[in-house]
Amino acid sequence: MKNLKLFIPLLIFVVLGLFLLWGLGKDPSDMPSALIDRSVPEFSLPDLQNPGMTLDQTLFQGQVTLLNVWGTWCPPCRVEHPFLVALEKQGVAIVGMNYKDMPEAAREWLADKGDPYRATFEDREGRYGINLGVFGAPETYLVDHRGKIHYKHVGIVDEAVWQQIEPLYNKLVAASEEDRP
Amino acid sequence: MRLVAALLALCLLIVPAWAVIEIAPLSSAELEARYRVLIAELRCPKCQNQNLADSDAPIAADLRGEIRRLLEAGYDDREIAAHLVERYGDFVLYRPAVQKNTLVLWFGPGVLAVIGLLVLVMVVRRQRRSSGLDSPPLAAAEQQKLDALLKGTEPETRE
Repeated sequence: MKNLKLFIPLLIFVVLGLFLLWGLGKDPSDMPSALIDRSVPEFSLPDLQNPGMTLDQTLFQGQVTLLNVWGTWCPPCRVEHPFLVALEKQGVAIVGMNYKDMPEAAREWLADKGDPYRATFEDREGRYGINLGVFGAPETYLVDHRGKIHYKHVGIVDEAVWQQIEPLYNKLVAASEEDRP
Repeated sequence: MRLVAALLALCLLIVPAWAVIEIAPLSSAELEARYRVLIAELRCPKCQNQNLADSDAPIAADLRGEIRRLLEAGYDDREIAAHLVERYGDFVLYRPAVQKNTLVLWFGPGVLAVIGLLVLVMVVRRQRRSSGLDSPPLAAAEQQKLDALLKGTEPETRE
């Protein structure tokens, strides 16, 4: 009995060690969005590709959409862009939110690297970004055919990340097709 | 020596000064004071161990701007905090509400302190017992042996 007691500190150490090890592997930026299961907040913002026009939240009605937050000032967006182009070729609908950027630079970027977005709206001051809970770029939201947010990914979407999102995406697509009369 | 001590004591007078300097002050001193408290208690979602006042991240600047706008629009402090929680989650509160998932956060340290105290009391008690302060009186034979030792009549007596 006495001998067993001697192992208590070791036990505590092991438990604490495992707990800390588990914490090490976690990504601190991986926070659930406060907007999960809520609708995309209302907006009326300039259409990047059609100056003078505006876009609003009805953009998300009718099909499952990825909402991608990007800017020409954001180096990781540069890395992410080719994958978005590839995704769009696979038939995934992507809407862009050009975040705190200069419209001329953004249009040039899309002309240069290809435009994977079915539409892009501008959030020049970042005010709408606050409503969406954006805190950097790139960020990507998975929105269903009724405009409800189901998932948020902070950081670059690449092949590995897409593999995690795809099952949910496929589920939402299936649900949207069932909903169609 | 006294001078050094005086200088060190002076260092204690330096209160932490938040680094933000705003270009335009808020419309009243009262708003300004509430603003200072809010940005000290709300957390930057990007640089997670800094408050909004302390952070240089662009989003922190944007959120400070949002808070200023809400203050000028007449929102009270609770509404402003709720406004941000609605968008960024409970995470932005450095002083979270007492609810199911923050119980450990609020009461964990107290519980640990109580456990620590109990362990301390147990250890002290046990030590006292083994040091003989609380031990039962000696048996007659033991008492005799002790007396003999003290008188130095036992052959094994050490000096």
